[in-house]
Amino acid sequence: MMSNNPTLRISSVSKHFETGKGRVTAVDNVSLDIKQGEFISIIGPSGCGKSTLMNMIGGLITEYDGKVLLEGKQVRGCQPDIGMVFQEESTFPWRTAIENVAFPLEAAGVPKDKRLARAHELLDLVGLTGFENHFPSELSGGMRQRIAIARTLAFQPRILLMDEPFAALDEQTRLLLGDKVVQIQQQLEQTTLLITHNIAEAVQLSDRVLIMTFRPGRIKRVVDINLPRPRSSEMMGSEKFSSYVAEIWADLRTEASKGLKESEAAAAH
Amino acid sequence: MLAIFFRPPPIIARMVFFTLLFGAWEIASRAGLFSRFIAPPPSEIIPAIGLLYSDNELLIRLLRTFGEVFAAAGLGALGGMMIGWWLHRNKDAGEAFTDWFAALAAAPLVLLFPLFLVLFGRNASTIIAMGAVSVLPPVILKTKEGLDHVPQVIINVGKTFGLTRWQEIRMIMLPACLPTVFTGLRLGLIFALINVVGVEYLIGFGGMGLMIAELGDRFEIAGMYAAILFVVLCSAFFFWFTARLESWLLQAR
Repeated sequence: MMSNNPTLRISSVSKHFETGKGRVTAVDNVSLDIKQGEFISIIGPSGCGKSTLMNMIGGLITEYDGKVLLEGKQVRGCQPDIGMVFQEESTFPWRTAIENVAFPLEAAGVPKDKRLARAHELLDLVGLTGFENHFPSELSGGMRQRIAIARTLAFQPRILLMDEPFAALDEQTRLLLGDKVVQIQQQLEQTTLLITHNIAEAVQLSDRVLIMTFRPGRIKRVVDINLPRPRSSEMMGSEKFSSYVAEIWADLRTEASKGLKESEAAAAH
Repeated sequence: MLAIFFRPPPIIARMVFFTLLFGAWEIASRAGLFSRFIAPPPSEIIPAIGLLYSDNELLIRLLRTFGEVFAAAGLGALGGMMIGWWLHRNKDAGEAFTDWFAALAAAPLVLLFPLFLVLFGRNASTIIAMGAVSVLPPVILKTKEGLDHVPQVIINVGKTFGLTRWQEIRMIMLPACLPTVFTGLRLGLIFALINVVGVEYLIGFGGMGLMIAELGDRFEIAGMYAAILFVVLCSAFFFWFTARLESWLLQAR
């Protein structure tokens, strides 16, 4: 059940980088309120500052203008209430699946029996029961990413940030993993912020989709997705789903074109 | 064509290779293709290993050499890992000195033995110090490489879980860089053995190196080759042992 008060408030956030070619504004004056239990996707062309915004919310970038407030308190650096799932392979190859999931609890000093019991529950949640003692190298990319999600959920974060978590996966695994994420999010009523390039994925998973402009990254438009829940990849063939995808692409196309032109110009030099 | 039908296991291939090598050597030596005084046949060298044990205090000399090797490897590994860590942490120092250490790894450091003799005297300290210096470059380079290549994403994972600096080092940095660091340690141990035996030979002090020098001086050529063969076997054992240790440690991390 969603409450009306924002759990996470992003207030006039901007980030500039000094580069050899001068000052670059990666994120410009972004504001956003996210309610408890809400699933929001941010979509935009490459280089629009999506990951920078994610890193600011997650506390990995601490020097920026504006404020990020969690339950009214300003976020200063990483904290257990905000969990992050990354695009890149992030499981620890020297730990088994269950040891990976139990990692944050081990770091927090939770006794072994309790952390293993919790890790078992989470592996069950992400559908990896039976793979507890497998090392990441013995598992597929989709399974490894599910371990990363389970590991992030071990701390029961209030906010789950996911930075293109399915980018390295094939389309079929991506769709099935999307179903899994929807199921987990509904089960835990997990407030989630997803960064993605994939319009269909954003529509499938989200309550709202934020479209960002190409550099400097601003919020161009917010699209409310009024599709019934529970959702799954099966609804991707529906007319309403397709109309959302077309609507988002219409806005995104202009921004993606700008990004493409700039990268071509950079390549020409 | 034979390989298509029959692929021998590696151990058989090795045994066949050495049998052929020693067989050819035996025949060539007995046929007078080269002087038995310069290279006696294996049939004279292999029994001489037994004589090393009975006549030349092989065990005591071996223990002395191994003691020096482990002391040198321990000192070099400790120093090398500390310097490697410093070069990783301090980017300016890393850029300034890494190439120097790479060049040092290829330098014949054993030629510095007169300097070490002056500094430490003709005793085990010189041998250990020279052995330790030879261990430094591979350990420094591999420690730095291992730490430099820990993926930023797994460090960020640790940060999001609020790990302390010490937890980040113990739970992420060290296990992630261990395979690369271990390559440096293995190389370092082999370098230590080579240099310790070499310096023992050059300064006429210590264990196996001194024994090789003494046997050469007494013109006991078969015994000298037996001692050299023994050192080569020890080196092979070292390599095998460290590989097993590495495998065990990587599983236990």
